[in-house]
This record gives sequence, structure tokens and C-alpha cells, in this order.
Amino acid sequence: MAKETLPDDFYKLMEDLQAIDFVIVELNLYLDTHPDDLEALKQFNTFAQQSQNLRRTIEERYGPLLGAGKSYSTYPWAWIDPPWPWQM
Amino acid sequence: MWVYEKKLQYPVKVSICNPRLAKFLIEQYGGADGELAAALRYLNQRYSIPDKVIGLLTDIGTEEFAHLEMIATMVYKLTKDATPEQLKEAGLGDHYADHDKALFYHNAAGEPWSAKYIQAKGDPIADLYEDIAAEEKARATYQWLINMSDDPFLNDALAFLREREVVHSQRFREAVEILKETQAQKKFF
Repeated sequence: MAKETLPDDFYKLMEDLQAIDFVIVELNLYLDTHPDDLEALKQFNTFAQQSQNLRRTIEERYGPLLGAGKSYSTYPWAWIDPPWPWQM
Repeated sequence: MWVYEKKLQYPVKVSICNPRLAKFLIEQYGGADGELAAALRYLNQRYSIPDKVIGLLTDIGTEEFAHLEMIATMVYKLTKDATPEQLKEAGLGDHYADHDKALFYHNAAGEPWSAKYIQAKGDPIADLYEDIAAEEKARATYQWLINMSDDPFLNDALAFLREREVVHSQRFREAVEILKETQAQKKFF
């Protein structure tokens, strides 16, 4: 997937994922110092699930987002394809 | 171990080629109060602090690498279309002579990154107070960078990074309280 051929909806989907993952990071750090906050923990799991669902949608269209076997790849090996984050 | 995600934590847009701004932003890449210093400081301290706060240091340290990538993206986008002449005018002649447009770990004045910027005292309270101070210094630096920039897109990302420092500082302050409570619970018979 070359950078020049990126459709607009790629950026929209990535921004949606960035928004969900940001909530996750916030909850993660908060839970690190407030491990007994049940509500926060429930929210964390809810957003984690949303993130996985959206990531699946993005990856089906645009290729793997995570390394170390956390994402699958189509053939040929798509991990090495641009765009990389600073090229987006 | 670390897993890499092919996505920025927060989008970085740039209005126009501006190497002068890039020269200042490098401060948060290879400077004393920058993201590399933060990441390495926290990820190293975590080996010798009490179990209760290892998670926090690991997670914030990891997030700092995501921020480092954002700064790199800013510098990349601000300089990728610049001519050597434009780089020279912007005060990046020294950098260009050594690195072309490659990024490198030095501060705005050209001073290379050093492990002297960080410490791991082996004393958890000392370490956490250093971490709080580091976050406050980073927050202030982002404010100075925003003050010098008139690019609204860039400033949006810089403001995001500034606010993350505020949150990190808050978490480290909570970690101090957690450790103080644990120390107070020690009973001597």
C-alpha cells in the first residue's frame, strides 16, 4: 500500500483508532495508581474491545498495524509497506 | 519486551515547511528535558523500585517513546522539502553538514544527548521526585515551543504533548503517596 494511494477514509479510521487508544492509555496510567477503581477498569476493558474491533477493520483494508505477531499479514509481507507513521 | 504499532499516538500535521521551528523542536528529541531522556530515565529506574510502581514507570516510559516518534515526525515534516540553503538560513547548517536531513539526538543548541541528563538513585523517593521535576520541565519546554510557533496544526500536537506531561506529573505524585503509605505501614516489633 503506497502512500500516494491512501484514500481519505484511511485517515478518518486511523484518527478514530487514535482516539480510542488514547482513552485506553489514560485509563491504563490511572489504573496503575488506582488499581481498585472498578469503574475505570470496566471502561478500560470496554475500550480495549472497541480498539480491537476497529483495528481489525483497518487491518483488513490496509494491512498490519502491530508487530511481533500481534497482527496478521497478507501476501506479500505487508508489514514493510509504507506509509510509516511519520509519512502519514 | 516491546511491541511496535505503526501509528502515531496523536496526529501530527504541519502547515508549511519551517526548518527554523524544527531546530527548536529538536530540544524535545535529544535535549535534557526531552522525550528520549524521559523514556530512558523511567525505563531504567523501574528495575530498582518497589513492585507497586513498576507498572507506572514501564507504561509512562513506553508512552515517552511514542512522544519521541511524534517529535521526529514534526521535524521530518518541517524539513523534508527544505533546500540546504533554507536549512543554513534556519541555523541548521551545522546539522546538515554532519547529518543531511537525518534526525539525530542533540538539543536545539547542537549538544549531543547524554546519560548525564538522567539518574537512577536506587532510592525510590529520590527517583520519583526527579521524575516529577522532569515532567514539569518538559511541560514548560512545550509551552516555550508553542510560544515560538505560529503553526496552528503543529501547536495542536504540541499542546497535546504538554498536557500529557501534566498527567504524567500527577501520576508520579500519586506514586510518591503510594510509597509513603507503604513505608508508614511498616511495623517494628
